[in-house]
Amino acid sequence: MTWLPDHLGEVLSLTVRHTYLAGVPLILGLLIALPLGWLARRYRGLYPILIIGTGLLYTIPSLALFIMLPLLLGTKILDPANVVIAMTIYTIALLVRTVADGLGSVPDAVNQSATAMGYRRGRRFLSVELPLAVPVISAGLRVAAVSNVSIVSVATLIGVQQLGSLFTDGFNRAFMEPIIVGVVACVLLALVFDGVILGATRLATPWQRAGKAPS
Amino acid sequence: MIRFEAVSKHFPDGTKAVDGLTFRAPTGQITVLVGPSGCGKTTSLRMINRMIQPTSGRILIDGRDTSTMDETELRRGIGYVIQHAGLFPHRTIVANIATVPILLGWNKRKARARAFELLERVGLPASFAKRYPAQLSGGEQQRVGVARALAADPPVMLMDEPFSAVDPVVREQLQDEFLRLQGDLGKTIVFVTHDIDEAIKLGDQVAVLRTGGHLAQLADPAYLLAHPVDDFVADFVGKDRGYRALSFQASPHFALAQERTVPLGATPAQAAGAARGGWILVVDEGRRPLGWIEPDRLTGPIQPEMLARGGTVATVGGPLRNVLDAALSSPSRRGVVVDDQGVVLGTLRAHEVLAEIEDRARPELQDEAVPPAGGDRPDEESQQGEESQQGQSGRPNGGARRVDSAGSADSAQPSEESPA
Ligand SMILES: Nc1ncnc2c1ncn2[C@@H]1O[C@H](COP(=O)(O)OP(=O)(O)O)[C@@H](O)[C@H]1O
Ligand SMILES: [Mg+2]
Repeated sequence: MTWLPDHLGEVLSLTVRHTYLAGVPLILGLLIALPLGWLARRYRGLYPILIIGTGLLYTIPSLALFIMLPLLLGTKILDPANVVIAMTIYTIALLVRTVADGLGSVPDAVNQSATAMGYRRGRRFLSVELPLAVPVISAGLRVAAVSNVSIVSVATLIGVQQLGSLFTDGFNRAFMEPIIVGVVACVLLALVFDGVILGATRLATPWQRAGKAPS
Repeated sequence: MIRFEAVSKHFPDGTKAVDGLTFRAPTGQITVLVGPSGCGKTTSLRMINRMIQPTSGRILIDGRDTSTMDETELRRGIGYVIQHAGLFPHRTIVANIATVPILLGWNKRKARARAFELLERVGLPASFAKRYPAQLSGGEQQRVGVARALAADPPVMLMDEPFSAVDPVVREQLQDEFLRLQGDLGKTIVFVTHDIDEAIKLGDQVAVLRTGGHLAQLADPAYLLAHPVDDFVADFVGKDRGYRALSFQASPHFALAQERTVPLGATPAQAAGAARGGWILVVDEGRRPLGWIEPDRLTGPIQPEMLARGGTVATVGGPLRNVLDAALSSPSRRGVVVDDQGVVLGTLRAHEVLAEIEDRARPELQDEAVPPAGGDRPDEESQQGEESQQGQSGRPNGGARRVDSAGSADSAQPSEESPA
C-alpha cells in the first residue's frame, strides 16, 4: 500500500472532478425534469410521450452518447461539457417519471382544497404539490445519483479525467492498487451523495417524521 | 345571498349532473343541499366557487354574476370545507389555518395571530398549533378545516359533507359547535350532505335534490317534515318524520309535578319513604339527576352502579321532542325536566306532552307552487338589504342532555357510509 500515499493529491483532484461531473448534472437534470414531470401530469396526452420518450434516452449507451454529443453540439471532443450534458440527459431520463409520480402522489383532496382556497396554478405547484412530492422525488434522485457516479467513469474513454481514470491507469499497467482505490472512492462518493440527498430530504419533510395521532 | 338561475352541468361524457337548478341561499343562513349519492350536490357546490364551470345558467353572489369575477379572487372570498378536511399534510396546524390570509398578503404575524384566535374558536388548544395534520384525530382535523375556511372571515362558506367521515358521537358534537359558531358569525352557508337528519338539524332551509340534479323541494325543515311535496321527498325524509318534526316546536311552560329526590348513599328506608310509584330519582349534591332507582330492590345504601340510567333529560323550554323522549325513556314513566344549569325542576308524563302536541297547529300548507323558504321572487334583486339580517332560525334552544350514553334524545343514528 505505497501507491495511495504517493498519489493522494491526484486521487483527491480526480474525486473533485468526479463529484462535479456527476453532481452538476444531477441538479440540472432535476431542474429540467420538474417542469417536464409537471407537464406529464397536467396534460394526460403528454404523459406516455414524455415518460416513454425520456425513458428511452436511458437506453442509449453512454460511450455512444459521449462520442455523439460533440458531433451534435459542435463541442470539442475533450470538453467536459459533453459529459455534463450526457449525464444531465440520463438524470432527466430517470427523473421525469419520478417527478410525475411524485406529483401524482399528492392527495386529490389536498389539490382541490388548495384550488378552492385561491391558489393559482404556479403557486400551488411550488408551495403545495412540490413539497408533498419530495419523498417520492428524493427516492428517484438517490437512484440517479448512484447511476451518475457509476456512468461518469466511462468518460475516461473519451479522455475526460475523473476517478475512472484510475481504472484505465491500473489496467494499462496491470496494477491493482489504483483500481481498488478508484472503486472504493466511487463507492464512498456514491454514499456521500446518498447521505446529502437523505439529509436534505429530512430537512424538507419535517412533517414525515411527526408521529401519528394519539387517538 | 347566493342565487342559482337555471344552472345546469352536463359533463363531457354525457352525465347530466345538475339540471336547471334554481334557488337562492339567503344571506346569513344555512342552506342545506341534501339528496342521495350522485344527485349533483358536490357539482352544484363547486359551481359556486367555479371549481366546475356551469354548462348553462348563472350563479350570482350578492347580485354579481360569478362568471364575470376573477376566479382566484372569488375563491379567496369563499370558505371551503370538505370531508376529511383536505388539510395540507406538510404544514403545521397554524400554517394550515393561516393559508388564505397569507394568500391575501397579510403579514405573517397578523396571519398567525388570526390562526391562533381561530384555533381557540373551534375549541382546540393552542398546543396543537405546531402539530401536523397527521397528529390529529379525524374530528380535530375537521375542526381545523373549519378554522381554515373561516380564517379570512369570508361572508360565504361552502361545506361538502364536512362531518360525514367522523363517528356519530363526534359528529353530533361538531354539528352542535358548528351551529353555535354560526349563531355568532352569521355566514351565508351552503352545506352539502346525504344525511337527512343532519340536513334537518343544521338547515335554516333544506333543498332536497333528486338524481339528475333536479330540485325536488326547498323548504325550512319543519315544513319539509310536515309537507313533503311528493313520494320521493316523503321517503327521503324518513318514516319517523312526525316524531322528528317535534324538534322544531319549543315546549310551553308545562306545569311540572314536584319530584322528591334522594342523594347517593341514601339508605333503602330513606329511599322507600320518598318513592312514588315504586321509583325514586337520585341526584348529585347540586340536585342534578343521576338516575332512577326502585327502593324495593335495594339491599344497601344507593351506589352509582345501581342506578337505572335509561332516561333522557329535557331542558326546560327545549324542543317538544326532547320532553316527550324524556317521558318515554324514563323507567318511572316520569320525564325529568331540568333548568339551564341541569338542576331538576320536576317531572312530566307522556300524556301531558301528547295533549300539548295535539293542541298545536302543524305548519300551514303553503298554496303557492313554489316552496316557501326559497322560492323565486322577481323583485328580490332590489331588496337585498332586507336579506342581510343574521340567520337566526326558529330553532328551540337546548337539547336533551342524557343521563346515559344509550338513550340520546337527539338523532344520532349512524348514517350509512358516505359517498366519495
Ligand atoms: N368530472 C366528472 N365527469 C363525469 N361525470 C361526473 C364528474 N363529476 C361528477 N360526475 C357525475 O355527476 C353526478 C353528480 O356527481 P356529484 O355532484 O359528485 O354527486 P353528489 O355530490 O351528490 O354525490 C354523478 O353521477 C357523478 O358520477
Ligand atoms: Mg359529493
